[in-house]
Amino acid sequence: MNLRFRGKCISGLLVVVPANERSFVEDMKGFNFPEARSLKLKQVMGFDKRRVVRPGVCVSDLAVFGLEHLFAQGRLRRDEIDALLVVTQTPDHFMPSTSSIIHGRLGLKQDMLCLDVNQACVGFVLGLAQAFMILEQESVKKVVLINADVLSRKASPKDRSIYPLLGDAASITILERGPQDSIIHGSVKSDGSRAEALIIPAGGLRLPSTPETAVLENVGDNNLRAKDHLFMDGSAIFNFVQTEVPPLIEGLLARAGDSIDSVDYFLCHQPNRFMLEKLADKMKVPYAKMPNNVVQHFGNSGSVTIPTLIAFNLGERLLRENLRVCLAGFGGGLAWAAMLLDLGRMNFNALIEYQ
Amino acid sequence: MKSVIEILKELRPEFDFAAAGDFIAQGMLDSFDMIALVSALDKNYGISILGTDIVPENFQNLGTIEALVSRQRAKI
Repeated sequence: MNLRFRGKCISGLLVVVPANERSFVEDMKGFNFPEARSLKLKQVMGFDKRRVVRPGVCVSDLAVFGLEHLFAQGRLRRDEIDALLVVTQTPDHFMPSTSSIIHGRLGLKQDMLCLDVNQACVGFVLGLAQAFMILEQESVKKVVLINADVLSRKASPKDRSIYPLLGDAASITILERGPQDSIIHGSVKSDGSRAEALIIPAGGLRLPSTPETAVLENVGDNNLRAKDHLFMDGSAIFNFVQTEVPPLIEGLLARAGDSIDSVDYFLCHQPNRFMLEKLADKMKVPYAKMPNNVVQHFGNSGSVTIPTLIAFNLGERLLRENLRVCLAGFGGGLAWAAMLLDLGRMNFNALIEYQ
Repeated sequence: MKSVIEILKELRPEFDFAAAGDFIAQGMLDSFDMIALVSALDKNYGISILGTDIVPENFQNLGTIEALVSRQRAKI
């Protein structure tokens, strides 16, 4: 599906990462795997440090911390938020929505929209698309998009296929109206027939959590995982990304009249360094235009990796200048989406730590 | 420049790849080994094996791996 928005912009970005840092070398002691092979995994995939929440910390805690920081800094006023959109796969509760919880904790006004969206690694691009649609309403002047996940709480420490790559984080993106001549192009794809390639089998109503679903099972390659834990079919996801993402981006560039040369940065979801280098090679994009250092420093935080990439690599620069960027998210669903826009002259673009 | 079999030996020194039949079916290479092998082959031969070529069929034996490398080297 092709999308097109006119007269909208991203005016601010704040990323919140937990201060609690874990290292791959620390994590690998829990794997039933030779140390030399674990170190090879670290080298190829780019695993090193990651930020994870301490026990009990939820998505709303990270989001409220970030929003209160913006209020205290005078970057955002409570009464100017017309819509609060939360994209997460790890809500505080089934019910109520996490956006409602954040709304209540911050004492926001009643005359506004609160909405949760259940999306994974594609969630930043889909969240932007949803936020831009909400901005089509005359009564909406400012939308706050929150992307947040604490997936480390749903991973088995004895599963080296998923545990060492996950990080937790939240981002707060401010969207509002921009110059009328600015056009944002987007493209969105979905394939639910491959939904089980990334899944937490138990814990929903289809398979409620029980003592049995918490039992660790040997799932091959000496990895231990329970049905309560996140499962990823790594080979299927790798091939999905390499097959589906290049034509999506190439089609988007063609439709917008852009080329690889006219785009300053390709800011992609950050699963691991190897996958991104292979994606860059396939698309013939120079590595410098497709940064891949988020997993190394923070871990893969689902829909928060693209905002983290922006704040970490382009923080100061985007306060002063405009860049032509292509955002691309891909993952659970399966879903994949890309967006082409001018990004810059932001009021703020920073990364802070949740203590 | 190292040969494919030398790279395989560095990756999994406990196996005799020269005498083996199907590396995947015999459990000598798992999905991570394929990625580590591709990374090593890319560096050794100055190529970039396509991500879409990282499938078990291309890593079953010495012949399929060498054919994969040859296809990429021909593109340089």
